[in-house]
Amino acid sequence: MLEIKNLHVGLEEEDKQILKGVNLTVETGKVHAIMGPNGSGKSTLSYVLSGKDGYEVTDGSAELEGVDILDMEPEERAAAGLFLAFQYPVEIPGVGNMTFLRTAVNAQRKARGEEELSAAEFLKVVREKAKSLKIDADMLKRPVNVGFSGGEKKRNEILQMAMLEPKMCILDETDSGLDVDAMKLVAEGVNALRDAGRSFLVITHYQRLLDHIKPDVVHIMADGKIVKTGGPELALEVENNGYADILAEVA
Amino acid sequence: MSAKLKNKGVVPSITVPDGGKWATTARQTAADLLSETGLPHRRDEYWKYTDPTTLTAPEATPAAIFKSDEALPFDGVDAVKIVFVDGVYDAAQSDALELAGVEIETLADAAQKDIHWAGSVYGVLEGRGQNPVSRPLASYNTAVSEQGFVIRATGKAAKPISFIYLHESETSDAVIHHTIKLDEGADLTVLENGPAAARINAVMEVEVADSAAFHHVRAQGRDHERRTATHIFARLGTESSFKSFTLTVNGILTRNDAIIEFTGDNAHATVAGACAGDGAFHHDDTVFITHDAVNCESRQVFKKVLRNGAVGVFQGKILVKPDAQKTDGYQISQGLLLDENSTFQAKPELEIYADDVACSHGSTVGAIDDTALFYLTSRGIPHKEAQDMLTLAFLGEAIDEVEDEALADDLRSLLQGWMARRHS
Ligand SMILES: Nc1ncnc2c1ncn2[C@@H]1O[C@H](COP(=O)(O)OP(=O)(O)O)[C@@H](O)[C@H]1O
Ligand SMILES: [Mg+2]
Repeated sequence: MLEIKNLHVGLEEEDKQILKGVNLTVETGKVHAIMGPNGSGKSTLSYVLSGKDGYEVTDGSAELEGVDILDMEPEERAAAGLFLAFQYPVEIPGVGNMTFLRTAVNAQRKARGEEELSAAEFLKVVREKAKSLKIDADMLKRPVNVGFSGGEKKRNEILQMAMLEPKMCILDETDSGLDVDAMKLVAEGVNALRDAGRSFLVITHYQRLLDHIKPDVVHIMADGKIVKTGGPELALEVENNGYADILAEVA
Repeated sequence: MSAKLKNKGVVPSITVPDGGKWATTARQTAADLLSETGLPHRRDEYWKYTDPTTLTAPEATPAAIFKSDEALPFDGVDAVKIVFVDGVYDAAQSDALELAGVEIETLADAAQKDIHWAGSVYGVLEGRGQNPVSRPLASYNTAVSEQGFVIRATGKAAKPISFIYLHESETSDAVIHHTIKLDEGADLTVLENGPAAARINAVMEVEVADSAAFHHVRAQGRDHERRTATHIFARLGTESSFKSFTLTVNGILTRNDAIIEFTGDNAHATVAGACAGDGAFHHDDTVFITHDAVNCESRQVFKKVLRNGAVGVFQGKILVKPDAQKTDGYQISQGLLLDENSTFQAKPELEIYADDVACSHGSTVGAIDDTALFYLTSRGIPHKEAQDMLTLAFLGEAIDEVEDEALADDLRSLLQGWMARRHS
């Protein structure tokens, strides 16, 4: 599904290398997790994959289903099936959440040559999905993420993911700032989307999210590289011993 | 124009039109004042950012007619429609001047009659607004205008009055003067739309008596080359309300002045505007609000979206007189620059002589928020559409000042149309 090879990324504005040769393959239908200390480059990887400005790819490649995505516009990557749940969802005053969702869903359908959803069809689907994430009508009406609590913002990310039905979902620290109940809700939302044709890359700092979203593969990222790859037990190792041991071991 | 102006501050020689007693007196007073002040020029304090040359030139610069098959704004509103063609009232295209709770007469007819209240409004509110800043284009208008309406609302108007200003001659030069009075407790909505002429000088004087409510929504037409100077003068009585909103898309030059005076306690005034300009577009909002009563609230909300060298100007003043305690004055002006060639200039002023007041003002200028743009595009929304959503959201905060939802929706769709046309 997603194949990243030798990816080197620096900042456009200053001479700073952040990703220093990332190799990672996420197979179709699998859930991979990336763990790693703060500042290791996890968010940068997610931004570069989804097309944010300000980064420069100096080497390597990233392909989604065999197609190079690094030269695509963000909206083209989205239409190709990529989705990023942001670590820090953006507040957009003046744009209603519902309008935003409908515009996004229909833009993607249009880009893929599918018919747009009518207002009534859209409303029916969004209400159903919002309900299972405990997102009330008021949150749908309000401007995108404005005045939402941390947990509400993260649930809103998952709602967008559920509406857009991407093939490749990247979740950047979706668990941060969530209490246990909110985390369960978010994990349920993610698990409901797990499917043989859909892959996940779950970025997290802590193991606890992985109790709820069970990964097939766990990677450890440090200083811009994947330094170790293993099964779910690797996450437990981090939980028990911290990163220091693993980093010392690979150094 | 019935009288020609000489340029550059030189006093024009004016022959005031004949009319009834009250109109003639007011016209002569305005003409006398104009001969003292002269016409505006770039050296005047409030004309620093806007060049008045084409507004004061003896002839209007010709302006191409904008043709469109689309329905005019507010077309769906049930209103008394009054049509002007190139600044001249066209009775044949207009509805009958009949509206329950409202008396409507042409300025020409009213000027022949002894209408006492008109004599206390026409040229009077405009005259009060000449101090401390002179407004020569308004003096000129009062002195020479023979077009416009004299309107008195005695109760709640059954429906709005909608002025439609059609532009059909490339060289037309219009001077329109409306005189409006709302009696105690009256409620009236006035809509205006259209470019009016190649050049238009418009004045609207509004006397809002105690507990009356005046609503004004205006769209200034889509003609690219038109030049426009408007003045609104309003005087507000106790517990009255005044709300005016202007949408401007296109137009080579627009100068909108609003001069509002609170004379009764516990009143409210909102003056708001949204404009969108692309290329040869210069748009200036100049507002002067005088608080001379207790516990009044004023709001100024102005948003401008500018691209391809378009220029936006905002000059807004709140003057709080010594006895105007508990004044709540709010002012925000914001420019959104869609490229580096466009400019937005803001000159906010507060002059406060009372000690128990809450006044705030803010002005910002900036570009589209990249973070928000990335968020939208990462969800599959194409770049241009995402930019439009953010632009509309920005202007939407000004449109939110329009109470009537149907009118606000009309304004939003005008803007959407403007943005969609930028992409073709
Ligand atoms: N736009 C940026 N400007 C400056 N430094 C950045 C920028 N983006 C990322 N970095 C730096 O790159 C490193 C990796 O950051 P990030 O990808 O956010 O790490 P993580 O998500 O693993 O905590 C950090 O040192 C961070 O400060
Ligand atoms: Mg991060």
